[in-house]
Amino acid sequence: MTAGHAERAARFAADEPRAHWHDQALWFVRLKRDRMAQAVPGWEELRERAARIKAHTRSHLADYLEQFERNATAHGAVVHWARDAEEHNAIVHRILSGRGVTRLVKSKSMLTEECHLNPYLEARGIEVVDTDLGERIVQLAGEPPSHIVLPAIHKKKEEIGELFHDKLGTPAGLADPKQLTEAARGHLRQKFLAAQAGLTGVNFAVAETGAVVVCTNEGNADMGTSLPPIHVACMGVEKVIPRARDLGVFLRLLARSATGQPVTTYTSHFQGPIRGGELHVVIVDNGRSRLLADETLRGSLACIRCGACMNTCPVFRRSGGYSYDWIVPGPIGIVLATARDPVRHASLPMASTLCGSCDAVCPVRIPLHDLILARRRSAARAGAGGLAKRLTMKVAGLVLGSRTLYVLAGKLARGVGRRAPRGLLYGRWNAWGRQRELPPLPAESFRERWRKERAREVRRG
Amino acid sequence: MPRVALFIPCYVDQLYPAVGLATARLLERLGCEVVFPEEQTCCGQPMANAGFDADAAPLARRFVEVFAPYEHVVCPSGSCTSMVRNHYDGLVPAGPGLERVKRSTYELCEFLVDVLGVTRLEGRYPHKVGLHQSCHGLRELGLGTPSERVLPPSSKVAGLLAGLEGLELVSLTRPDECCGFGGTFAVAEEAVSCLMGRDRIADHVQAGAEIITGTDVSCLMHLEGLARRRREPVTFRHVAEILAEATA
Repeated sequence: MTAGHAERAARFAADEPRAHWHDQALWFVRLKRDRMAQAVPGWEELRERAARIKAHTRSHLADYLEQFERNATAHGAVVHWARDAEEHNAIVHRILSGRGVTRLVKSKSMLTEECHLNPYLEARGIEVVDTDLGERIVQLAGEPPSHIVLPAIHKKKEEIGELFHDKLGTPAGLADPKQLTEAARGHLRQKFLAAQAGLTGVNFAVAETGAVVVCTNEGNADMGTSLPPIHVACMGVEKVIPRARDLGVFLRLLARSATGQPVTTYTSHFQGPIRGGELHVVIVDNGRSRLLADETLRGSLACIRCGACMNTCPVFRRSGGYSYDWIVPGPIGIVLATARDPVRHASLPMASTLCGSCDAVCPVRIPLHDLILARRRSAARAGAGGLAKRLTMKVAGLVLGSRTLYVLAGKLARGVGRRAPRGLLYGRWNAWGRQRELPPLPAESFRERWRKERAREVRRG
Repeated sequence: MPRVALFIPCYVDQLYPAVGLATARLLERLGCEVVFPEEQTCCGQPMANAGFDADAAPLARRFVEVFAPYEHVVCPSGSCTSMVRNHYDGLVPAGPGLERVKRSTYELCEFLVDVLGVTRLEGRYPHKVGLHQSCHGLRELGLGTPSERVLPPSSKVAGLLAGLEGLELVSLTRPDECCGFGGTFAVAEEAVSCLMGRDRIADHVQAGAEIITGTDVSCLMHLEGLARRRREPVTFRHVAEILAEATA
């Protein structure tokens, strides 16, 4: 079997100072989130409301999508439907190439990462520039994002300074975040001015109004859609919500959960194209209908991509986004990745302690740790872990299922454990013992001592 | 006098008999008649937690048969209690037996507070104690308010401990982060599991804890294993041991 999450995570955790730095950086975001959530009266009710809106929308998804299409079209947008990543990429390419676009600026969109749009367009002669600062950093480094909200969270400022020195010609040794940001800003300004089209993701698509809503902190989506005349907005089918007033629920939850801000710096509503321009909305399925059809997994479609489950996950913080080997990492990533390709991502369901912190922060109340457990069940049914694990579970089940066998096995194991030399006990086979002592093994089990004590008491009577 | 059937998880039975005995002594001291149904083995959590429902189901059915006759079932583990209460649906055929066992099975501190109505235990324990809030007890059973939720703060376990004379609960920078045990996770993801555990210990040590306690000996076994290997200046006691010792 190829290396799985455990091996990749072990590599990340082996650089302990760096793993701790990553852990602290994300824990800081979690604490900001806590303070913001605590300051909102009725936070828990808000989460419940958001979950219900999403559940309702899911159960009428086709209707709301069609309503969105009608209203968006009435306002002059062109709506395209893509079955999968391939169709999505082809549609975007057709829109751009049909209008002679060779320079595209993009604001953050996890969907286009999921569809691998950048390499697709670049291979066809279109320059794609990610304009979100974090995304631009990883794009210049030739890496995928390691976190959906904080794409370059794995990079230290010194490393970004080196990268900018190399790619943007900033002075060597520059590591001041403000100066680095200014350098990126100057560089991106040229790209914005030269762009012929702008592409954005979509945070919410409002069925009732036909508007798409994009939340950013850097204003890059606004620059990218107001300078060039063509705006392409790409969204998964799950982004639709029924009414404009529902936005009030989600916008209060999104930024607080994501970064601990009361609201994103920019919340831009696009209803129809700018004067003399074009607005194209590409609605993508790419496996989402399959999720919708699955009674257990459909809840994951509620995800608003805030990243809170990543920031709070004690495993994510110490294993890094790349250890998940999928565009959406962390707890929600485990669910989505294994739903898409259970064989390739067979190790992911084990990349969780099932501590449940993700469920508790999730602004739309996705029962993430229950879903991860459900993915373990599917993996077990499909034979993950191989024959050895299946056999271990079977034998353990049989032994623990019989009082006689259980008592006997316990006594034997303790007896052997108490007498075995340390070298044998802590041999290579013992993954527990690499960094941990085994508990001291008692001569008698609880039930033996209980029986003796009760017998004594009865005699004393 | 409430009649209580002890549910002693398999690893407590085999590895930590003192925790089971402390549980029994504490309950008896509080006026309960305590019995230990000897037919019990394991609740099935190790298999269910790894996704092997088919192997867990016979154990779950057996558990329900063994414990159905009792009015109260008390367990010194939040995780095993949650297994019965929250994860038996689907493993055991629906019916009055299952419903009864789900209702009657309590984690020890939860039983003291919710059923016996204990608000304060008379006793003395002059130590600085760090409370490790095990995840399943905290977030699945609701033994307290997890730090993520916007709800009035509460903790049944901390309440019982804080009531003991001389006991000082130290305040942690991360009050309820997972220790990294996680059942098979402890071995399958050994590197991250141990890093998580060492981070927890460091938090308790910097807060000045002499003793780390909790509702689940599984988490404590993992933490103690790490601490002993690294000769950390802390010891470990299950909450039942502290409560029993303090009230002796």
